[in-house]
Amino acid sequence: MTLDSKIPSGPLAEKWDRHRFDMKLINPANKRKYSVIVVGTGLAGASAAATMAELGYNVTALCYNDSARRAHSIAAQGGINAAKNYQNDGDSIWRLFYDTVKGGDYRSREANVYRLAQVSNNIIDQCVAQGVPFAREYGGYLDNRSFGGAQVSRTFYARGQTGQQLLLGAYSALMRQVGLGKVDLYTRHEMMDVVLVDGHARGIVARDMVTGKVQSFAADAVILATGGYSNVYFLSTNAIACNVTAAYRAYKKGAAFANPAFVQIHPTCIPVSGEHQSKLTLMSESLRNDGRIWVPKKKGETRNPNDIPEDERDYYLERKYPSFGNLSPRDISSRSAKEVCDEGRGVGPTGYGVYLDFRDAINRLGRDVIEARYGNLFQMYERITGEDPYQVPMRIYPALHYTMGGLWVDYNLMSTIPGLHVLGEANFSDHGANRLGASALMQGLADGYFVIPYTIGDYLAKSGGGEKVTTDHPEFKKAEEDVRARIGKLLDLNGSRTVVSIHRELGHIMWNYVGMARNEEGLKKALEQIPKLREEFWENAKVVGDGESVNQALERAGRVADFLEFAELLVYDALNREESCGGHFREEYQTEDGEALRNDEDYAYVAAWEFTGVGEKPILHKEPLEFENVKLQTRSYK
Amino acid sequence: MKLKLHIWRQKSTQDKGKMVTYEVDGIIEDMSFLEMLDVLNEKLILNEEEPVAFDHDCREGICGACSLTINGIPHGPEKETTICQLHMRHFKDGDEIYVEPFRARAFPVLRDLVTDRTAFDRIMQAGGFVSANTGGIPDANAIPISKKDADLAMDNAACIGCGACVAACKNASAMLFVSAKVAQYAYLPQGQTERKRRVLNMVAQMDREGFGNCTNYYECEAVCPKGISVASIALMNRDFLRASLSEEKALDR
Ligand SMILES: Cc1cc2nc3c(=O)[nH]c(=O)nc-3n(C[C@H](O)[C@H](O)[C@H](O)COP(=O)(O)OP(=O)(O)OC[C@H]3O[C@@H](n4cnc5c(N)ncnc54)[C@H](O)[C@@H]3O)c2cc1C
Ligand code: SF4
Ligand code: FES
Repeated sequence: MTLDSKIPSGPLAEKWDRHRFDMKLINPANKRKYSVIVVGTGLAGASAAATMAELGYNVTALCYNDSARRAHSIAAQGGINAAKNYQNDGDSIWRLFYDTVKGGDYRSREANVYRLAQVSNNIIDQCVAQGVPFAREYGGYLDNRSFGGAQVSRTFYARGQTGQQLLLGAYSALMRQVGLGKVDLYTRHEMMDVVLVDGHARGIVARDMVTGKVQSFAADAVILATGGYSNVYFLSTNAIACNVTAAYRAYKKGAAFANPAFVQIHPTCIPVSGEHQSKLTLMSESLRNDGRIWVPKKKGETRNPNDIPEDERDYYLERKYPSFGNLSPRDISSRSAKEVCDEGRGVGPTGYGVYLDFRDAINRLGRDVIEARYGNLFQMYERITGEDPYQVPMRIYPALHYTMGGLWVDYNLMSTIPGLHVLGEANFSDHGANRLGASALMQGLADGYFVIPYTIGDYLAKSGGGEKVTTDHPEFKKAEEDVRARIGKLLDLNGSRTVVSIHRELGHIMWNYVGMARNEEGLKKALEQIPKLREEFWENAKVVGDGESVNQALERAGRVADFLEFAELLVYDALNREESCGGHFREEYQTEDGEALRNDEDYAYVAAWEFTGVGEKPILHKEPLEFENVKLQTRSYK
Repeated sequence: MKLKLHIWRQKSTQDKGKMVTYEVDGIIEDMSFLEMLDVLNEKLILNEEEPVAFDHDCREGICGACSLTINGIPHGPEKETTICQLHMRHFKDGDEIYVEPFRARAFPVLRDLVTDRTAFDRIMQAGGFVSANTGGIPDANAIPISKKDADLAMDNAACIGCGACVAACKNASAMLFVSAKVAQYAYLPQGQTERKRRVLNMVAQMDREGFGNCTNYYECEAVCPKGISVASIALMNRDFLRASLSEEKALDR
């Protein structure tokens, strides 16, 4: 396997323009001779499918949700970044680029990130044209807020429902193309495998989740926009069905998986309340604009938070990071919360929580202003916890939220399997070891609206995978057989444990040993325990029902089976990276005052892993990261 | 707490279906309603029984997947709350709860509590968009939009497409859902060009899907988890009338 990032030559600011000029074009009339499969209809998939259809390609789109509008992108709350500099506060494409590379702790590709910052402005224009109702100021112009890791206000938002509004925008563009007959949309269809013909991705096998029918789809190229894998930790802020299957199946077919250990733990989520918990709820980071984070100075404090006087409170972020304070980046904020809780100063019934307090903001701005800004979030908090955050401080704790790692892609967003492209959270490309708030929505839409529509044309124009194939090809038949056999095996599971209980156990292993702080000993323990749990799954799990109708237990079993293999890959990556950077904190590598200690000498590379067999150690390939425009520095938010 | 659940079970669209009674124990008040159903399902699986199928995903009240009728009320008793956001502290030990799917002719049951709501997608395909291809778009701040209009557009855009409005209506009318989309675009300059054909096309598709008429019962507004107002239906009726009288006819595309 070779990793050719295909970064265009030339000065950073000209790379994308030059590349667009150098790429081969397909004339409009010929585009309709090509077909593309898009798996996933989140921000990345819906925008890609709609745009390619507008250009004239024949698109088949699939998702496992009952409607394309319900992809997990819908849940994003806070906002989307762009370098518009509407606030005249010193923002620029260069600054957004710089902040993103720095925020990612220098583990991303400069060229990709620069392109992302460049197209960020087009995204906002596009969304407004589609009728996305972004927040506005009284003068009628677009409003912005600031987000963690940035000192400018560049985040566009639509109340606390930005992801919903952006996705509905992309979904409406997609629906228009479905109506025009340019996109064939298959909802409640789960992709089970990619199909390669002569080494090129030429289609997929999917299962109809209503009838159970296993069916092949053939095309000239395949795009995965299947989201992230946070749910390998069982509890996360992701929707219940989010999973790694599509990406993992591609990995097993030869696509390299990059930086799987780079996962993001979000500092502001509602704490776990008990073993029944099925998911965790994010409280948007935008709350940190006005809320102050603190814990009692004293261990084992039992007083009501409102009775704790000012000088007995520790506003630990403001204390440790005076210039960014409560808006310090996510990895730093999360780790600090863990530290104070490990010291025994955590709050709430479990001791794993910290306060996010709006008292001062309410006194300063009035309840009305706070309500206008965060009303729906406060309501959501009250619904879940039964506590009124206008009266008592919120309790928050970090939770798994986002995965920077993903399938390795080159500058054209193509994986190591020719013809297989990967967009959105499913790829590894732009966020390095830590993603800044409001940048995932930006990346998903950049990939889908403004990058893949060009780069896919180049791939197809240069003959792509060669001659047309149909689903009668033996490779499709074989893949279908494999999928059916696996479903049969899952349906035969007749042990004494539910799939969910095994998934929960996997989550405990991952959170305890591969969570916010990792060390060699723990990671090795995880490497012992995961294969055992996988064995337990195949020997002792239970799946009821049949394969010919809606069977949610079967769906879950298939996803958990893949998580049980994928988890090991994640641990191998965490073990390999003997440094601390971004979301990956290795306890062995820290400075004297407990900050992450990066090792640029030995680890300034993308770790791309090649599958060698279930339970076998994968092969590591390194893509060196070269920084020509940004000077590597120790990240400091002090 | 311990609860008695009466749940609609139906193997497939063709199957007739029936209510089946279950008991669950050990429910605590911090659980969400769906987590309570998870507890039941874990128990059923270990008893070799098929778990109750229900749609859900985000469990945060935003994706619109969850769709249960609780004691006759779509999304249950709490105002502006999806069923995934309803917590068990609103119930008490010994309660009997009736759990049914969102019922409407246009939403056939696929299994148990899972319904097919793709009719909503087809209405969107008919006109729920602004025809703006990707690229070549003027700057986002080129057209100022008053905060009031932007806010009104957002109020309507908040619809999650769950279908509770249809399930609550005795005519199974989809007017609240359709009018939310029509109104969102009506408040924005970007929506004006296609305003007439949009409303005509969406309403035509709504009728084709077999949704009923609106006879002003306003049950829809009462159950809507996102507080979409029936004022949007009035707006849509006005737009529809105006568009019908004008030259522009519903265009079958
Ligand atoms: C609670 C929350 C809040 C967030 N807030 C923000 C924010 O404020 N700003 C920000 O920038 N980012 C935010 N993020 C992150 C951001 O929402 C996601 O990273 C982004 O939306 C991912 O988009 P996507 O298109 O890559 O994938 P998704 O939206 O996850 O879509 C995945 C799609 O793939 C389909 N799919 C997956 N597997 C298969 C399969 N095997 N077969 C068929 N279909 C499949 C699914 O059906 C779905 O359509 C937030 C995330 C969470 C969880
Ligand atoms: S109008 Fe309300 S009830 Fe109807 S689909 Fe939209 S959110 Fe659901
Ligand atoms: S599960 Fe998403 S709205 Fe209820």
